[in-house]
Amino acid sequence: MLIDLSEEYKRMGLPNNYWQLSDVNRDYRVCDSYPTELYVPKSATAHIIVGSSKFRSRRRFPALSYYYKDNHASICRSSQPLSGFSARCLEDEQMLQAIRKANPGSDFIYVVDTRPKLNAMANRAAGKGYENEDNYSNIKFQFIGIENIHVMRSSLQKMLEVCELQSPSMSDFLWGLENSGWLRHIKAIMDAGIFIAKAVSEEGASVLVHCSDGWDRTAQVCSVASLLLDPHYRTLKGFMVLIEKDWISFGHKFNHRYGNLDGDPKEISPVIDQFIECVWQLMEQFPCAFEFNERFLIHIQHHVYSCQFGNFLCNSQKERQELKIQERTYSLWAHLWKNRADYMNPLFRADHSQTRGTLRLPTTPCNFMYKFWSGMYNRFEKGLQPRQSVTDYLMAVKEETQQLEEELEALEERLEKIQKVQLNHTKVKSKPSEPSKHSGFSTSDNSTANTPQDYSGNMKSFPSRSPSQGDEDSALILTQDNLKSSDPDLSANSDQESGVEDLSCRSPSGGECAPSEDSGKDRDSDEAVFLTA
Amino acid sequence: MEFAELIKTPRVDNVVLHRPFYPAVEGTLCLTGHHLILSSRQDNTEELWLLHSNIDAIDKRFVGPLGTIIIKCKDFRIIQLDIPGMEECLNIASSIEALSTLDSITLMYPFFYRPMFEVIEDGWHSFLPEQEFELYSSATSEWRLSYVNKEFAVCPSYPPIVIVPKSIDDEALRKVATFRHGGRFPVLSYYHKKNGMVIMRSGQPLTGTNGRRCKEDEKLINATLRAGKRGYIIDTRSLNVAQQARAKGGGFEQEAHYPQWRRIHKSIERYHILQESLIKLVEACNDQTHNMDRWLGKLEASNWLTHIKEILTTACLAAQCIDREGASILIHGTEGTDSTLQVTSLAQIILEPRSRTIRGFEALIEREWLQAGHPFQQRCAQSAYCNSKQKWESPVFLLFLDCVWQILRQFPCSFEFNENFLIMLFEHAYASQFGTFLGNNESERCKLKLQQKTMSLWSWVNRPSELSKFTNPLFEANNLVIWPSVAPQSLQLWEGIFLRWNRSSKYLDEAYEEMVNIIEYNKELQAKVNVLRRQLAELETEDGMQESP
Repeated sequence: MLIDLSEEYKRMGLPNNYWQLSDVNRDYRVCDSYPTELYVPKSATAHIIVGSSKFRSRRRFPALSYYYKDNHASICRSSQPLSGFSARCLEDEQMLQAIRKANPGSDFIYVVDTRPKLNAMANRAAGKGYENEDNYSNIKFQFIGIENIHVMRSSLQKMLEVCELQSPSMSDFLWGLENSGWLRHIKAIMDAGIFIAKAVSEEGASVLVHCSDGWDRTAQVCSVASLLLDPHYRTLKGFMVLIEKDWISFGHKFNHRYGNLDGDPKEISPVIDQFIECVWQLMEQFPCAFEFNERFLIHIQHHVYSCQFGNFLCNSQKERQELKIQERTYSLWAHLWKNRADYMNPLFRADHSQTRGTLRLPTTPCNFMYKFWSGMYNRFEKGLQPRQSVTDYLMAVKEETQQLEEELEALEERLEKIQKVQLNHTKVKSKPSEPSKHSGFSTSDNSTANTPQDYSGNMKSFPSRSPSQGDEDSALILTQDNLKSSDPDLSANSDQESGVEDLSCRSPSGGECAPSEDSGKDRDSDEAVFLTA
Repeated sequence: MEFAELIKTPRVDNVVLHRPFYPAVEGTLCLTGHHLILSSRQDNTEELWLLHSNIDAIDKRFVGPLGTIIIKCKDFRIIQLDIPGMEECLNIASSIEALSTLDSITLMYPFFYRPMFEVIEDGWHSFLPEQEFELYSSATSEWRLSYVNKEFAVCPSYPPIVIVPKSIDDEALRKVATFRHGGRFPVLSYYHKKNGMVIMRSGQPLTGTNGRRCKEDEKLINATLRAGKRGYIIDTRSLNVAQQARAKGGGFEQEAHYPQWRRIHKSIERYHILQESLIKLVEACNDQTHNMDRWLGKLEASNWLTHIKEILTTACLAAQCIDREGASILIHGTEGTDSTLQVTSLAQIILEPRSRTIRGFEALIEREWLQAGHPFQQRCAQSAYCNSKQKWESPVFLLFLDCVWQILRQFPCSFEFNENFLIMLFEHAYASQFGTFLGNNESERCKLKLQQKTMSLWSWVNRPSELSKFTNPLFEANNLVIWPSVAPQSLQLWEGIFLRWNRSSKYLDEAYEEMVNIIEYNKELQAKVNVLRRQLAELETEDGMQESP
């Protein structure tokens, strides 16, 4: 499945009186990390754009990321201006002016620098920096302190160390989680996204977002804001489009960030991981708002690193074109779409209030809203996950409901026919068909069948996590090995990577965790007794 | 005493009520003997009916003539009343203070409450020990009902009827009672039908520093073992604490005297340590000013989840001994009325599918908490906002409910009840119109004549209209033992209790509703299809009959 971004811009309502497709970047002449097709304000001439691009890091000039057709406000993105301590650029100022004019509903635009102020100021010494409010007319400038890729890399590292602790105490875990700072960073990204979504939807003001190069934090923040604003991005297809637009087309450096090739380890950073986690955090707060489920996110995250599909190869559109990625690789989106039944959120309903309009988060900051995502960071340890999946249970119910609907229709039809026949006193006998036996949900059958094995399997989780024992990694290592050596056929390993969806776990009532070797058990428990006695 | 004496100002107009997530409401504030009522006299939904006994603490503030009373409830809710006039405000405040701290149980609301519903089944008789015993007697003849405690003479905190080994007579039980803390001789808590292993519970043995022993005690405990079998004694205290208890006349079972038993020490906190933990946790949940890091730090510093982990781990260990090791166990701490009951009841949740049904869970609470003598009156007298440092106030029962919620979260399809059921039980344990959680044990309840004078919580809960609110739509009967994970990654803050008043649950409630709809619609279709199938089958046989002759 190919995603056509020009379709997406059309969906947003573009082109229109204010925005037009620009060919200024044809053949990547202006900016080699941007796509060739870009929307810019109509009043921004090629001269202005090129001029502006010379005043921006890596020539990433302001371009449209999202257009909110309800009130003409837009989200634009760029890199930092090369302002140093005092430099100005007339064309860049005109460019921002043009963005403001493209939104007749507001007399100012927000310029959001997603970096901590200190970092932005430090950049000035290198001839970069941020917009001076005095030089640009009618801008409101705002810092939102999201840390850089190096801080994020080490934060993840610290959090993963906590996840891998052997039998941690509650304090070890919570302290470690806090010290990693991970959830603080997630919150910073969310805060930025919420700020922008509110500016656009409530104030009707356009926003220009940038960080340093405009391909990491900017991508995170633009896509979170778009997701909050537009229900389309909360659907299966829309989410793919969002990633395609804000991440792939705008030159997020997948090869560098996810270490696809042997490269500089300092370039590696979990940038898109954080975005994916933001989406999960939102799913936890708005359980009916997303068409897809947690597994969808986990699988996308997995394939950002797997290099199995072409989507996340290379650092820019230009590189992908040169390597003919589209012709030579498969698309993840087609694969996900084919298996979409696995990724559906049963609570999603197109006409539900949560699926319409902007997702509104409370204005007061609630720190406890952001939670540790065990389904992602401990996904290989099935014993740690809820043993029965509500999502899978409800999907099974829905599937059965669909069959029932069909059967009901068929039955009504036949009943009608027979009644007619009887009325006509004809002796044509319709074949009595055995009513198809409904066995409840496949899952419940499983559970009864599983009972005996489950007794031996269900111990694993307890002894392995009892604080007095340390012998728990066999299961973990096993699954990871499976993953590594797994057949490249995606359908085969997609089951393992999410860690929640093999058949035994899908059963809501057979949920006694996956069968695991029972051998060490008695020794384990003896040991427990011994150690504690 | 007349309530009227305590109510200095029964009524104040133009009072403004502030609650989180609701717009402020102006109305008339009324004080009655048991309720604080605010009525806007416009829309019923805006009225506040608050039991005085739900009030944990109040603060008052004055700005000019305007007084403000901040009411902190035992269910952790905080509401604010702006009252014009300093005198009115002071009167209201002192009245609330007096009415929320009545010194006599018989003045409490349950003694005045008259139900507005028809009682279908009297909850006081829903869970009789004899009936519970019958469930076992089909499986085993090794146990008997003993009436030795009929007059509460042997053990004041035990019910009149207990289950003991058949081979031990009442005389021996009396002797054992003198050797156990509070007279709490070992009794049957749970019989695992699958392999005949049992959980017993008791108070600590009174070995003292001299290593006193009691032949009858040893005989009683050994009587529960099958030939050649060994058992485990789970002491919910650390070895250190148990050793210190000897100085005060308590102690633990010496291996030498109980050679067939192996002792395991776990360390579950008790009393004020738990209370302080609750106070810190609720404080952290209410403080919304700090940043993300401080939140996690405060959550950690409260130690609440550490207690949860400790209790669950011990319960899993107990269940493991029974189900995996095939060994019987005896559980006790010091008194055997707190951590002991947390462990015995949670082990049953893990082992026994029946205790995961609504009826079974009610029976469990009746048996393992109420009749087993958990001192609800003392433990639940105050909640997270009180300043009194009484030793006996402790959220032992709330911790148990939290542990059940943790298991429910890990096995969302294995419980017949939902989270609301647990929240409801928490509320009623601390403030209620029903008599169920009054008193500290059966003896006190008997003296208070609760059965005659108050309504049982179960009479209300077990009506179909109420039950439907507490039924888990995802429930599928599951006959298996369910082993929860006790890893920190698997344990979460119970938001439904602790963040209940600090966040809007609108979207989560919508999701729950959606889930119910999906399942209801499925059932509806199922019913329709069944009807049509039957109809069709009838028509077709008719058809056949017409044809065959």
